[in-house]
Amino acid sequence: MIKVDKTAVILCLVTLAWVSLARAAEEDFLQGIAALVVAESYQDKRAAAAVISTSGHARAEAVLNALFEGEVYTTRSDMRLVTAAPTDEGFAIRDAVTDEDLGTVGKRDVSRVSVNNQLRGELRAMLATLKLQHENPRQRIAAILEVGESEDLAMLLTLQQLLATERHEGVRDAIAMASAMLNLDSTEVPERLAAIATVSSNIGGHVRTKLTALTANQSLDEDTRVAARQALIDIERRVTFFDLIQTAFFGLSLGSILVLAAIGLSVTFGIMGVINMAHGELMMLGAYTTYVVQQLMPDAIGASLFVAMPTAFLITALVGVGIERGIVRTLYGRPLETLLATFGVSLFLQQTVRSVFSPLNRSVITPEWMSGSLEITPGLDITLNRLYILLFSLLVFGALLMVLRRTRLGLEMRAVTQNRAMAKAMGVRTDRVDALTFGLGSGIAGLAGVALSQLTNVGPNLGQAYIVDSFMVVVFGGVGSLWGTLVSGLSLGVASKLIEPAAGAVMAKIFVLIFLIVFIQKRPRGLFPQKGRAAEA
Amino acid sequence: MLLAVLALLAVTVPIANLAIPEGSPLHMSTFMVTLLGKYLCYALLAIALDLVWGYVGILSLGHGAFFALGGYAMGMYLMRQIGARGVYGNPELPDFMVFLNWDALPWYWYGFDQFWFALLMILLVPGLLAFVFGWLAFRSRVTGVYLSIITQALTYALMLAFFRNEMGFGGNNGLTDFKDILGFNLQSDGTRVTLFLCSVLALALGYLSCRYVVTSKLGRVVAAIRDAEDRVRFAGFRAERFKLWVFTFSALLAGIAGALYVPQVGIINPNEFQPLNSIELVVWVAVGGRGTLYGAALGAAVVNYAKSTFTAVLPEVWLFVLGALFVLVTMALPKGLAGLAARFKRVQHA
Repeated sequence: MIKVDKTAVILCLVTLAWVSLARAAEEDFLQGIAALVVAESYQDKRAAAAVISTSGHARAEAVLNALFEGEVYTTRSDMRLVTAAPTDEGFAIRDAVTDEDLGTVGKRDVSRVSVNNQLRGELRAMLATLKLQHENPRQRIAAILEVGESEDLAMLLTLQQLLATERHEGVRDAIAMASAMLNLDSTEVPERLAAIATVSSNIGGHVRTKLTALTANQSLDEDTRVAARQALIDIERRVTFFDLIQTAFFGLSLGSILVLAAIGLSVTFGIMGVINMAHGELMMLGAYTTYVVQQLMPDAIGASLFVAMPTAFLITALVGVGIERGIVRTLYGRPLETLLATFGVSLFLQQTVRSVFSPLNRSVITPEWMSGSLEITPGLDITLNRLYILLFSLLVFGALLMVLRRTRLGLEMRAVTQNRAMAKAMGVRTDRVDALTFGLGSGIAGLAGVALSQLTNVGPNLGQAYIVDSFMVVVFGGVGSLWGTLVSGLSLGVASKLIEPAAGAVMAKIFVLIFLIVFIQKRPRGLFPQKGRAAEA
Repeated sequence: MLLAVLALLAVTVPIANLAIPEGSPLHMSTFMVTLLGKYLCYALLAIALDLVWGYVGILSLGHGAFFALGGYAMGMYLMRQIGARGVYGNPELPDFMVFLNWDALPWYWYGFDQFWFALLMILLVPGLLAFVFGWLAFRSRVTGVYLSIITQALTYALMLAFFRNEMGFGGNNGLTDFKDILGFNLQSDGTRVTLFLCSVLALALGYLSCRYVVTSKLGRVVAAIRDAEDRVRFAGFRAERFKLWVFTFSALLAGIAGALYVPQVGIINPNEFQPLNSIELVVWVAVGGRGTLYGAALGAAVVNYAKSTFTAVLPEVWLFVLGALFVLVTMALPKGLAGLAARFKRVQHA
């Protein structure tokens, strides 16, 4: 009983303290505002601004900022403090305390609370301090680093005071970094050296210009210049390293798209041996499905992708089964004819889409949870949508592998590809398996289309751009080998991104194509040729 | 029969265009002459493809590349003939190079001011490319679908390369604004008719030489390779050499077709390298009937006539028609129009 009472009492006290604190903030703030309204001299205004800045009120920063910009006025009628923006007829004013819209008044109804340069300087310092005490640590870090670039040695003291009360680890690091950045201008050699050592982990442009200036400054001692040069080298190395990681990531991202485009193909072309030139157009259908789903549910863009994925899979799988039943089935054993017929289908699909959706590109909105980027360390960002697509392609790959290895359909598929006659004799309904396999490959193309719609605009030519590339990936990896497709897709992606900075995007593509043409000469069966019975099928 | 049609064209078209006055119902406009000339170039290209596809069994999806290379070689000659009459008036450099701030002609443009050199290049460039490519491909026994895909990759890579301004072939816009050929104005009716006659002649010679190739002993070996490559090899023939020579010869014909095509249409740009063009070419042959040579020429004319008509009247429908043609021909008419005619004949005889 007593215990409960104690807790309750403590809770009560805390609440009371908090409420009173908040009330105190409100009171201080209003006091400051009132003082500002009546202030005559700049001295008075300064005192009033100081009260506002220390009040801790949520509006304090906005009011001081407006004052700094010269947008604070008092109304002549009721002596209210307002912020005003000039319009054609006069001023659009808002209450300074509540930010409530008070409509438009004439030029003569308000008078400006004037500020001079000295006061503006003091206001700037107050604003900086306010920002440094912002409750969001991220904002605090940004403000602190800004101080670090100010080259104002007087701010060192402020930073030290901040350090005494700061608990957040990231903010403490930022304070140390900012102090070091300021200390680069210190007159004491040991402090300068320590500062150089600290900033060498910072790859920002400001630090680099400062260090370059230090190395060039002949009036400084030898130690400083050597240390600065060394730090610059370290930074350069780090930047190159980050760039390399970035490039590798972009390569993996491109590779993951290639893999997505190619694994559907490696099912139809690799496993079934049917060449489907309409594969790219099936991807395009998947992308358009995403677009249509988004149009149907404009209020839930975030969730639309999850609706689009199964829808796209189903639609393209159905189209795929249709192609197989209608055309491919009659042409088994005649690969060149299949190639031509499916090419006809691809033209047909392209023109259908062009007639229905217009030849113009459509843009698909990227949901919020996929946009933005992930900062791993300063200077190393990874865009989220590319990361998700990379994961998605691995997921699809894994799922496909599971289907082939662990399900009855997968077993039958492998049986049919290895020995059609024997599979049939064992009671496998081969034409049903053919249709389903083709549908599976086509459905995966649809999924690839959903992913692609997040990276590029959706247009009737979307598929064409990928068809040659994805055939290359399948052939390079080894026809019929899923792992080969994964490895070849990712490595081709990384390779072309690595060549790109040196040779340009188009030349990189050409180099990769030439490499592939030569590679097929050497190893016609790809990186991971199939062995054993499957190879003879 | 094809030769008879060609002879007829060679006689009537010049008369209809030049001798019969305008306004007469029998008069043929220069536009029509050029259009017919264009079809003849396509027909030659189709025959070239039919030679490799119909008789050797190589489905090349990159024959458009040889056509375009021949066209570019001719285009480079025509470009140099413009001389100082370009927009920038530079006697040495084509307009697009002046525009790119180049101050000297790239080395590979040297010699193209001479007609004989251009003619040599028209044969040499596509021929050499086909030779090297074929040598690599046939030696390592790349066949069937794989070969089709890498020929497609070849033309795709060339298209990307020619789209680049830095390549020195006019980038996106290609080569155009030609003025004259061998001193004759390209716009005049006489030149147009002469070019048309050249196309007729080239097609006739191309057809005859292909005919000769396929009826000779070489042709029989090649057809045997198409039907059972391994057996031919076991019988002691070097299959890859036969294939290589026919492939290279076909590329030469394609190059000549391209070279005749460019002065008639007045432009050559990287779009000619598009994989789609090469694949459309396959449809001409398929519609006409592969493995007959004259069928390919017929197919080229019929499909292109249909294309001109449709794109003029109902531009949206053309791709539907083309797509349907692909499907229909492969499924219902595997021997094309030529096969249909043969069947018809047989029915009559019976």
